[in-house]
Amino acid sequence: MAATTESVKADAAEAPLLNKRNLFLGVALYNVFYAWVRWYEGVYGWSAGLDSFAPEFETYWMNFLYIEFVLEVSTAGILWGYIWKTRDRKVMSITPREELRRHFTHWTWLVCYSVAIYFGASYFTEQDGTWHQTIVRDTDFTPSHIIEFYLSYPIYIITGGASLLYAKTRLPTYANGFSIQYMVSVVGPFMILPNVGLNEWGHTFWFMEELFVAPLHYGFVFFGWAALGALGVLSIEVQAITKLLKKDLA
Amino acid sequence: MSASQSAVRSRAEAVKVSRTFDWMICFTLFFIILGGYHVHFMLTGGDWDFWTDWKDRRLWVTVLPIVGITFPAAVQAVLWYRWKLPFGAMLAVLGLLFGEWVNRYFNFWGWTYFPVNFVFPSQFVPGAIVLDVILMLSNSMQLTAVLGGLAYGLLFYPGNWPVIAPLHVPVEYNGMVMTLADLQGYHYVRTGTPEYIRMVEKGTLRTFGKDVAPVSAFFSGFVSIIIYFLWHFFGKWFGSTAFTQST
Repeated sequence: MAATTESVKADAAEAPLLNKRNLFLGVALYNVFYAWVRWYEGVYGWSAGLDSFAPEFETYWMNFLYIEFVLEVSTAGILWGYIWKTRDRKVMSITPREELRRHFTHWTWLVCYSVAIYFGASYFTEQDGTWHQTIVRDTDFTPSHIIEFYLSYPIYIITGGASLLYAKTRLPTYANGFSIQYMVSVVGPFMILPNVGLNEWGHTFWFMEELFVAPLHYGFVFFGWAALGALGVLSIEVQAITKLLKKDLA
Repeated sequence: MSASQSAVRSRAEAVKVSRTFDWMICFTLFFIILGGYHVHFMLTGGDWDFWTDWKDRRLWVTVLPIVGITFPAAVQAVLWYRWKLPFGAMLAVLGLLFGEWVNRYFNFWGWTYFPVNFVFPSQFVPGAIVLDVILMLSNSMQLTAVLGGLAYGLLFYPGNWPVIAPLHVPVEYNGMVMTLADLQGYHYVRTGTPEYIRMVEKGTLRTFGKDVAPVSAFFSGFVSIIIYFLWHFFGKWFGSTAFTQST
């Protein structure tokens, strides 16, 4: 009886398998932040973002860009550094329940990655189309680029990197070797950012006309395909989770 | 870890855990596929999809199914062949439509003020249903590629017809005959996109008159078959579980 009571107490004190608070807070954080960013674009895109030589452009857009750079580099350094520094050095000896808990945390990261990918690759990328097909650009650092290339892309890179690093350092499934598809699904979309170099270089030749299907943009397409690597991650995860639950679901 | 230890306390908890993972997986897969598919689609066929005056009887009908069958084929290659889930094409297409509608409303209309009936996205749902149903009934990649791919191209124009027809009626404007969609293009000037780069109904195929759309759809279906094959194998590779060896 005493042992049972102790066991019940231990269960009650134990951390939940899925920390729902973290999941909802994570998703809410991206949505609230990007809602604010979209509001900022709406207000200062037209009023201060049309002429890159105007002083207000420097105030509202270039300063936004500089702040982004600093925050992104610091966030990546701190977050990735923390995940690496606090890694589990005995990852192969954790209990099945702890492993299941970590899979839930890993999926919380993946959910956040999917939201970040959505805003970067879908929302702000197509938005860039309508802005540049409407406004004649006179700089590489236009309001839509400052948000798309230098904010939304780094954010999904940071999130994807954190997810990969979490899996690598805390889950036995990924402890030995690197999952090629996981690498592809994180490194591929990451490569879209360096590809901005090609894009902007090309637009210095043809910057007046914005044909969205121009071959100059195909680098983005190629690296966008890498998002399909998520299907490989899904296959790995389903195998791992099935192994943990199979006995109890039979 | 001991093989005899259990990760869950009861069967009920195992079921709950399994369902929770299902939801998290569906959400994640939907938005990641959406992101990859949307960036691919907007940069290979986007201009024909953004504006009604690009939605012609020739290039719109030809290009969009060809570039649009890619991700549905790849997602099917994993969801069906690994778990017998018969909705890979629909998952991809609904994701694309979600991403496009949100964008057209909040950005094309909300930021640059083009009316939604000038910038609504194209419809791929009929083709996706056919792809999924053929794969589910036949369990054959070859049949899905040949019949489904062809149907994907052929169904595109009829699938979009109810929406585009009112904008393809002829109007006379300043002594010229054009479509209502062309007129929208004249009135909503896109400064960064000069008229001369608009690729609409180019070539002598126009001389076939009313046959342009069916011929284009048939050609599109033919290429879609080939693209389906190709992307099926892409999908298989992306869905595999290879690891590098740790040294």
